[in-house]
Amino acid sequence: VTVLCLVERDGDDVADVSLRALTLARGLAESSGEELAAAMFWPPATVPAGVLAALGAFGVADAYAIESERLTGYAPQAWARALAQLITISRATAVAAAGTDRGSEVMAHLGAITGLPVAANCAAASRTSPATCQLVRHRWAGSLLEDAVLEASPALLTVAVDAVAAVPVPAAAAARVLPHHPELGEADLLVCGTESAERSAGVSLATARVVVGGGRGVGGPEGFGPLEELAGLLGAAVGVSRVVTSQGWRPHKQQVGQTGTRISPELYLACGISGAIQHMAGCLSARHIVAVNTDPDAPIISHADYAVIGDVSQVIPALVAALRARSGSA
Amino acid sequence: MQILACVKRVPMVGGRIAVTDDGQDVDTRMSGFTVSPHEECAVEEAVQIAERLGGSVCVLTLGPPEAADQLRDMLALGAGRAVLLETDGAEWGPIATAEAITEVARRGAGGPDGGYDLLLFGNEAADTGDYQVAVRVAHALGLPCVTGIKKLEILTGDGEQGGDGDGGDGGDGGGGGGGGARARARREYRGTEEVFDLPLPAVVSVKEGINLPRYPSLPGRLRAKRAEIERRRPDWRGEGLRKERLRVPEGEQKTAQILGTGADAVPALVQLLDELGLLP
Repeated sequence: VTVLCLVERDGDDVADVSLRALTLARGLAESSGEELAAAMFWPPATVPAGVLAALGAFGVADAYAIESERLTGYAPQAWARALAQLITISRATAVAAAGTDRGSEVMAHLGAITGLPVAANCAAASRTSPATCQLVRHRWAGSLLEDAVLEASPALLTVAVDAVAAVPVPAAAAARVLPHHPELGEADLLVCGTESAERSAGVSLATARVVVGGGRGVGGPEGFGPLEELAGLLGAAVGVSRVVTSQGWRPHKQQVGQTGTRISPELYLACGISGAIQHMAGCLSARHIVAVNTDPDAPIISHADYAVIGDVSQVIPALVAALRARSGSA
Repeated sequence: MQILACVKRVPMVGGRIAVTDDGQDVDTRMSGFTVSPHEECAVEEAVQIAERLGGSVCVLTLGPPEAADQLRDMLALGAGRAVLLETDGAEWGPIATAEAITEVARRGAGGPDGGYDLLLFGNEAADTGDYQVAVRVAHALGLPCVTGIKKLEILTGDGEQGGDGDGGDGGDGGGGGGGGARARARREYRGTEEVFDLPLPAVVSVKEGINLPRYPSLPGRLRAKRAEIERRRPDWRGEGLRKERLRVPEGEQKTAQILGTGADAVPALVQLLDELGLLP
């Protein structure tokens, strides 16, 4: 019997979110003395040894490498169908996946195919009886926690993407590859994604080392000039709050928050942002938060490490000038 | 093009979130309610498609009697019809919710075989974030489905959307949709775009950013105020996932170190950036 975890690829590596999902799944497996197995859509003959070592390091004994000549790209229902077959083959008592777009989508299909509930965005999971799991799951993108009980076998769950740290096991052998060739129907293959070649230019908001954020306090679309300039000087990305995108001041792709992008920079400089929970859900992984705000009682101040009490339109141009003077004299 | 757009009423939370004493709900005594953000975009998208291709939009919610307020907001955006699946306020899980929505979808948009051409959902509700109602409805109806969509084109076969019109025989006349119509849906994937092509009828869940919902017009609001809302009462049923209690995560309050006031704080700010090794 196993706990089965969907593993997503990041090029020729295991995606970091999947290592975190494996960590939660391993905890669940250990709580009931079961083995941890991985399921990945990766032709068995081409799985690099490094991937099997990495999976082994996270406690995976068996890695099911799924291949079908009918499956050329990502097809959500086909992926779920393959997992449904692996539930039987691996005698899985639980199936987990990272709560990514793909992971969440595939698990929803698996829930619909099996008629079982899916517990989304779990931060902790342990077995209390053969068909019962005690869970903590995220609501409001992690601003609220839910203690929940899942009574279903197998237990289907997704792992909140930023809730669990990836922790390897002390001594481990490489995982063993087991090929799986799923039986797929026409309907399973009706929806299939193709990746476009174009990549977005500029500093990626999700991975930027520094993010300069702007909110209502920036005052309007024209107020972003100094923030752009500061971002240019720091090699930073510009992020904004939801009010800024819903006013149409900036494009939605710059939104940081529950309905936008999650960021995890070394520094988040939040300018004129009040700190609504919808926004904070997107930046709680920031290492340091500096808030610039006229209101010392704004909610953002209680999430920040440092604060400047003042108007963005005065503080940011002065900061830009100081940085320019510094680089000029250096 | 007949479109069903499903929305959820959620608490409007601002700077902090609190839980009721029994740990069962978000405390909404100091806040109002709103439509979950992704779903408001689903309604806007539905209205834009109907404006472009003809047809109409039915907006649906499952919630307490007061959820009629949110349906009226969506009628004001341009939906033509509203259905409220009325509950007694208890929280419904995604399996039961999908079953109740499926039943309404099966009844169709009216007429002899007037099923919906497109069912739009928000990707995930702001509060519960279950990410599965759309997919479960699609399976129950035997329709193709894709989620997390940031751009949606409808290709009716006569190329009405300025797409490449590869849909075959074309729509069924003025309403668009019907035989051969397809949807081309795009979403973000690891810094690139992932494209899905699916035949209609189909189920699509969208994310905020697919459009910018309009500010409702005054005539729209007046019409919405007077509009009739169809009410039904589906039966609640429990499912395998059971909420025990809600709680606010601990240890998130910090005391920020104040670097200064106004432009006078800039030297301290520069020093901080320097100490963090973030200056070029």
